[in-house]
This record gives sequence, C-alpha cells and structure tokens, in this order.
Amino acid sequence: MPAIEVNNTSRTYGKVQALNSISLSVEYGELFGLIGPDGAGKSTLFRILTTLLLADTGTASVAGHDVVQSYRQIRKEVGYMPGRFSLYQDLTVEENLRFFATIFNTTIEENYNLIKDIYEQIEPFKKRPAGKLSGGMKQKLALSCALIHKPKVLFLDEPTTGVDAVSRQEFWDMLKNLKEKGIAILVSTPYMDEASLCDRIALIQSGKILQTDTPEEIVKSYPSPLYAIRSNNNYELLKVLRDKNYTKSALPFGEYLHLATHTSMGVDEIISTLNTGNYPDLEIKPIKPDIEDLFLELSREV
Amino acid sequence: MNMIKVFWAFIQKEVYHILRDRRTLLILFGMPIAQVLIFGFAVTNEFKNANIDILDHAKDQTSQKLIRHVTSSGHFKINRMLLAEHEMESGFKSGKTDLIMVIPADFSKDLYTWDQAEIQLIADGSDPNMANALEQYAKAMINGFLFQEFKQSAKPYLIGIETRMLYNPLLESAYNFIPGTIALILLIISAMMTSLTIAREKEQGTMEILLVSPLPPLLIILGKVAPYAILSFIDAVLILIMGYFIFDVPVTGSVILLLLLCMVYVITALSLGTLISTTSETQQDAMMKSLIGLLMPSTLLSGFIFPLTSMPEILQYIGHIIPATYFIEILKGVMLRGVGIEYILFEVGMLLFMIVAFLTLTWKKFKIRLE
Amino acid sequence: MNSYSIEVENLTKKFGEFTAVDNISFKVAKGEIFGFLGANGAGKTTAMRMLTGLSKPTSGQGTVAGFNVIRDHEKIKTRIGYMSQKFSLYEDLTVRQNIRLFGGIYGLSNQEIREKSETILHDLRLSEVSSKLVAALPLGWKQRLAFAISMIHDPDIVFLDEPTGGVDPFVRRQFWEAIYEAAGHGRTIFVTTHYLDEAEYCDRVSIMVSGRIEALDTPTNLKKQFNASTMDNVFVKLVR
Repeated sequence: MPAIEVNNTSRTYGKVQALNSISLSVEYGELFGLIGPDGAGKSTLFRILTTLLLADTGTASVAGHDVVQSYRQIRKEVGYMPGRFSLYQDLTVEENLRFFATIFNTTIEENYNLIKDIYEQIEPFKKRPAGKLSGGMKQKLALSCALIHKPKVLFLDEPTTGVDAVSRQEFWDMLKNLKEKGIAILVSTPYMDEASLCDRIALIQSGKILQTDTPEEIVKSYPSPLYAIRSNNNYELLKVLRDKNYTKSALPFGEYLHLATHTSMGVDEIISTLNTGNYPDLEIKPIKPDIEDLFLELSREV
Repeated sequence: MNMIKVFWAFIQKEVYHILRDRRTLLILFGMPIAQVLIFGFAVTNEFKNANIDILDHAKDQTSQKLIRHVTSSGHFKINRMLLAEHEMESGFKSGKTDLIMVIPADFSKDLYTWDQAEIQLIADGSDPNMANALEQYAKAMINGFLFQEFKQSAKPYLIGIETRMLYNPLLESAYNFIPGTIALILLIISAMMTSLTIAREKEQGTMEILLVSPLPPLLIILGKVAPYAILSFIDAVLILIMGYFIFDVPVTGSVILLLLLCMVYVITALSLGTLISTTSETQQDAMMKSLIGLLMPSTLLSGFIFPLTSMPEILQYIGHIIPATYFIEILKGVMLRGVGIEYILFEVGMLLFMIVAFLTLTWKKFKIRLE
Repeated sequence: MNSYSIEVENLTKKFGEFTAVDNISFKVAKGEIFGFLGANGAGKTTAMRMLTGLSKPTSGQGTVAGFNVIRDHEKIKTRIGYMSQKFSLYEDLTVRQNIRLFGGIYGLSNQEIREKSETILHDLRLSEVSSKLVAALPLGWKQRLAFAISMIHDPDIVFLDEPTGGVDPFVRRQFWEAIYEAAGHGRTIFVTTHYLDEAEYCDRVSIMVSGRIEALDTPTNLKKQFNASTMDNVFVKLVR
C-alpha cells in the first residue's frame, strides 16, 4: 500500500475550481515534488491530505488511513509544514520543539536521532525566539518540529519559498537523508529548478496535474527542437523570432531566449533568417529542455 | 496519551505568550488598575467640597445647626453666606457656586410647631447630572439632620430620596461603579483576550499545526481558556481590594460567595470569548466583534452607566441578554446590600444558562478542520 | 548630460551600532535593467529606501535621476516609479479608478489622466474590464497593470520590489517582456529580489551580503567569475 494515494480528488471554493480531479500516489521512501505556481492548488491538496479540508469528490488515503474517516489516526502519523512559517514566534527554538514534542505525546530525547542532523545546526540559537531567526533557520526549526514525532509521511508545503539559495540547497540535502529513512515526503515548490531534486514530480497548474513522472522522463517528453539564443538586444530579437514561420514559441529565459521550432533546424539555418548586422554578438546553440520549458509547453495547451 | 501532561505543556506555552507580550500584560493588569482609579477618583471628586451658598433668612439656632450638619459631611463647603435674594445669581454666573440652600425665616417655628418646614435647594441646571447629584446629597444631609433632631423618620415631603439610594445612604458614588468596573474588566479580559489569542493562532497558522496533531479540540479550547480564567479571577480580587482600601467600598455580604460568583461570571465571559473566536479568522476580526458585540452593549446597556428602566423597550430586551447586566445586579446584591444567594438566584441562574448555551454553540462551531 | 540614472558613492546607513548598508558604490546607466540581489536582511530594503528618498543616508553621496539623495529627496520622488509585489494596487477599486487615483497622486491633470487611462487600457488590452474591481483580475494582469501605473508619470527610473515571486512561469515572462519594453524606451529599471533566477533577466546584477555589495557584473561574467552554472550557485559560492 502506497504512503499517499489520491484518486480523482476535486475541490472548489465558491466558483473557483481549486483542484480538478487529481490523482497521484507516493511510496514510502520516495521524495515526490508537486511543482506549480502560486494558486495552482498545491496548498489545497496538502490540506486535504492532512485532514484539514474535505474534498468535494474523490478519495484519498495517507499512511493507509482514509482522510475522512480515519482523520484522527492520520493526525498522529503525519508531519506537516504549512506554507508559511507556523511556529510560535515568541517562544524560543527549544520551547517550540518541546511543545510540539509534548502535544504529539513524545519527547525531544525519544526521537532525537531523527532530527539530530537538522537540529544541531540551530542548537546554538536554542534560547532565541523563533521570530528572530533567519529564514533558513526558521525552516530548519519548522522541519524539526514536523519530524519530532517520527511521522511516516511528511508534508512540506513550499518549504523553500523566501529562503536564501544556500539554505535551500541544505534543505534539499536534508530531505534526501530523510527519505532514506523510509519516510514518504510530499513537497511542493514554485521553483522549477528544484524539480530535478525529486524522485518523481507532478506538474500542477490551475488545479490540474499536467504530467507526473521522474524529472528525466518529463523533460524527455518535450516535443520540439529547442535553441538558446542571445544577443545584445534580446527584446527586439524576440519580436523578430515570433514573426518567423518556423517558430513554435519564443520566450525569454534569463539572459537567453528559448526558441522552439516546428522542425529541426541547423544553427546556421536560423542565423541565415536573421539580419545579423543588428546583432553583433549573436549566439545560438541547440539545448536540452528543462522542466520549465516543459511546464510552459504544457500550460500553453491548457 | 497523557492528557494532563499535554494540557500542562499547553498552559505553559500560554503563560510564555502572556509574559512575553507587554501589551497583553498591560491590558491584563494596567487596564483594571487604571480604570478603577480613573472611575473612582473622577466620580468621587465631584462630590467633595462642592461649593454651597446659603441664604439664611432664619438666622436662629436651628438653622445654624442645620448648616453645620450639611457642611460637616465634607461634601459641601460654604462658599458665601448670602444676605438677599438678588445675590444668588452671581455665584452661578461666575461658576463659583454649585448649590444654593435657602432657609426661610419661619424655619424653626414651622418645624417644631407644624412638623413641616420648607427648604429650597437651587442648583445649576446647566449640568443636570451634577445638579441632580448635589441635590440628592443635600437632601440626604437635611434628612440626616432631621433624623438626628427627632430621632425618628422626618417629614414625608423631606424624605424625597429615591429608593435606589437606599443601600448607599451616604451616596458614595464609588460604591456603584465598582460592580460595573468589575463586570466590564472581567468581560474584556476573559472574552476579548481569549478570542484574540485563539484568533492569533489562526492568523499565524499555528492552529493549522495544532489541528494536524492528535490534540483533541476540547483540550485546545481549555488550554487557551484556563490561563485567562485564572488571570481574570486575580483581576477581580485586585479590583475588590482596591475598592476596599482606596474607595472604602465594603463587601457587606459573604466574600466567599462573591468570589464564587465572580468565577461563574468569568466562565460565562470565557465561553463567550471562545464562541467569538470560532467565528473570527483574524485578530482584527475578533477585536471588532468583541468591541462592538460585547464591550459597547455591556457598557451602555447593562445598567452600569444608564439605568435600564429608563431605556426604550427594545434596548431593555438587549440589556437582558447581556451577562454583565446580571452580574452587576449580583455584585450590588452581595457587595452593597449584603444579600445571600437566595436573593439573586435568578441572576445566577441566567449566567449558568448562558454558560451552557455558549459552550454548546462553541462545541458545535469549533472545527476539527479548516473550513 | 549625465548618462547615469543612479550614481552612489560610499553610501552608508547605520541604525545605532548596526550598519545596515556598509559603504556601497555603484552606477546604473540610463535604460539599464539592474538587479539588486541579496538574502532577506542583507540590507536591500534599506539601500532602496535611501535611493527612493525615504531614508536619509548616514554618510556617502549619490544622485538618483539627477537629484542629490540627501538634499533633493523630495524631487527624487517625482521622477521615480515604484511597484512592489506586496502592495501596488487597491483591490477594492476598479481598474479605471486605480489609474485615476495614481494619476491624481502624481499630480497629472484631468486631461492627462484621461489620455493615460486610455493608453494603458489599450496597451494592456484591459478596456473591456476597465470597470471591474482589480481583485477580480488574474494575477498576471494585475502585475502588468501595476507596472503600467507605476510609470503613469513618466518616471526616469522604476523601482521594482520583489516583482514576480512565485508566479506562473508564463506570467513571469509576460512581465519581463513588459520590463524589456520599458527599458527599450530608455527607462531605467531597478529590480530588488531574493529570487536569484530573476537575476538572469537583468543586464547587470549586484549581490549584497551583510550590507556590502560583494559582486557586481553581468550574469554571464558573474557565472564565469565564480565558475557556476546558475546565479543560485554564484550566490552559494559567494556566501560560503
């Protein structure tokens, strides 16, 4: 039996369809990523799975328990880190951890080995109020609190939002260690570049899952040849490219533009269609698509 | 699971919250003290050393005795002794005079021969509350004088003192405001503070984590409520002590009964607070609901400031669904009149009924989920 | 005529003992898209407040849109636009009312406001929803409307505070295209963000760490300098 199983789950808020017939399953020891922008329905799904919300239709089970009937059991066996920092800002690091340990009917000492690696990093600040910690330290404390009762399933709703790049990287390393201990982890993120750190991912937008697979398989499904192009005037070049009939899509991608064409073309072939005099530093190279390319492609179809 | 231990951890957490937030502490202890002092001194100052002008046409022994009696109370101080009617107005105009007492020339003759004499009191009607209060004071003084002179009830037309003053013979206004202040303060602390602290958990997102834990909802509510129950009770005692030592407000009845009934009222207010919090998502929301739904009606419609009987019928009805209305009656009964529980059974019953009603509603409305 | 929109030298801001911004110096050319990066608490907000005339520097010198940051801070405010992700538009006003309000705030005449309203509504293709509440618009539309409104008084520089965090990748690109277009018209764009992938869209970026600017160059050069594949890695290497 999988750790998390969701079947055709839908949920509306008033007129807004927050979740539209979602299905997925997560195994123990798997790090599963839910990738999508704000408002895609990620938090709604988390709340349904943590028994905080009821779905309109569909069934779901967590750690083998039905989310509606056996919500009490689930509440004992899952760890949950909500989307924003949800600890007591006026309590110290240690007080927060001790409080959450107690309400989950355990002690810090009992499960210390599980949080040891994480907690040790914030232990020097254990007398500091949680509200005064940096983003990265808050996140580590929140993770420690979510883990203190040794949950079988861990729900992390956008844990890396608003956290600096160094802490993000450390955080993902911690998750890797945790899944090796057999914990099932469902993590959501708006950062496409974090997708590749998951075992499997589901791309979600407007309440619908666009695709579910391993990150490698997902990028393989990208249907078109793709080129990265750069010049001294990207914006003008972008407009020029969009008017070419070989162009399927042209979008800014940081310093580069990503050009998807209908058929495979040589770099020189593309250059020949451009007025190179306007772009002295023109650079074109064929590239492999990443998750973001695929997300853009899929969300165009919706 | 070990409920006692969990409950204790919860209480401990609440105590940390309270101790670490200066504003909460200020509301908890600063406000009651400030309010008692302000009400107390503002109200009592009005009636100390009011300036009285006296036009004594009689100028005999009896009138002198009356004047001495009136001024000996400390409430009135003779401003001027007037000689003729035409001097009266200037005192009011200059604002130096608060009250004028006119003693007729035949005062002692009327009093001893006919058993009835007339004394005229003239007050400045531009401040009706003040004028009314001073008049009541002066009347009480005069009655006291008659009582002393005749060792019996005075003449009927001179006893014209309303019965509501009956249990407050010296008309010490501090007596009346202490029950009202206790009722208000306990309501603010119990109802508003609990609704705020629960709303804060929702606002900060910590309620989400508490719900996704094996904590039973009842324990969450009790854990939130218990610290404030104790603090409210401490406040009640604090106010009573301040009333006793600073304003000489006695507790005529049983102190134990009084404290017990304070506890009942505190629980009523707390259950109301938890009910408010079940319908509020943010602290601002809870605050507005407490202020408009609780504080305003409790101040205006409980009989604390304005007597209920003089209000339009609809407001009287509203007044009768406010816990403070009953509690003020209870306090007046036990503190000032010294009655036992048998005289206030109805009021106590109403409070108990409200507790059951509010808690049932809270129980029904408290969500085990977020929606 | 000066070809820089922003020029600051040794700008410092202290709060008591704490130095929030420590001796920063940089120049931003007209029409440049300048990324101002750093983790939360690195001093970005304080630095931006000094540049927008909201906070007086403890020491140092600088000009923004040709005005001195110490003497002429009130004049600076008339020549800059500001947009933040947290607050930009009044959600309970309609699209048109928002345009009118901000036009009024920046002292445009009624005639100008009318003209601007039509231009903005036309350019963003919002004419049909002009009498709808802003709250009812999709996030991407709101963002572009907020951006257009921040330029209603034709400012020389637009300050964008965390403009596109967490939004849809497609919406984000539309927004960057709008930024490119504004820059193409010679407007300077100053973007503060802690999302490092945003940085890749900028012409040049500076990275602030503990009040100091620790790196400043084009994204390409920075990646080369730190031997990193993404700006994220640049940041990680810089901090460690």
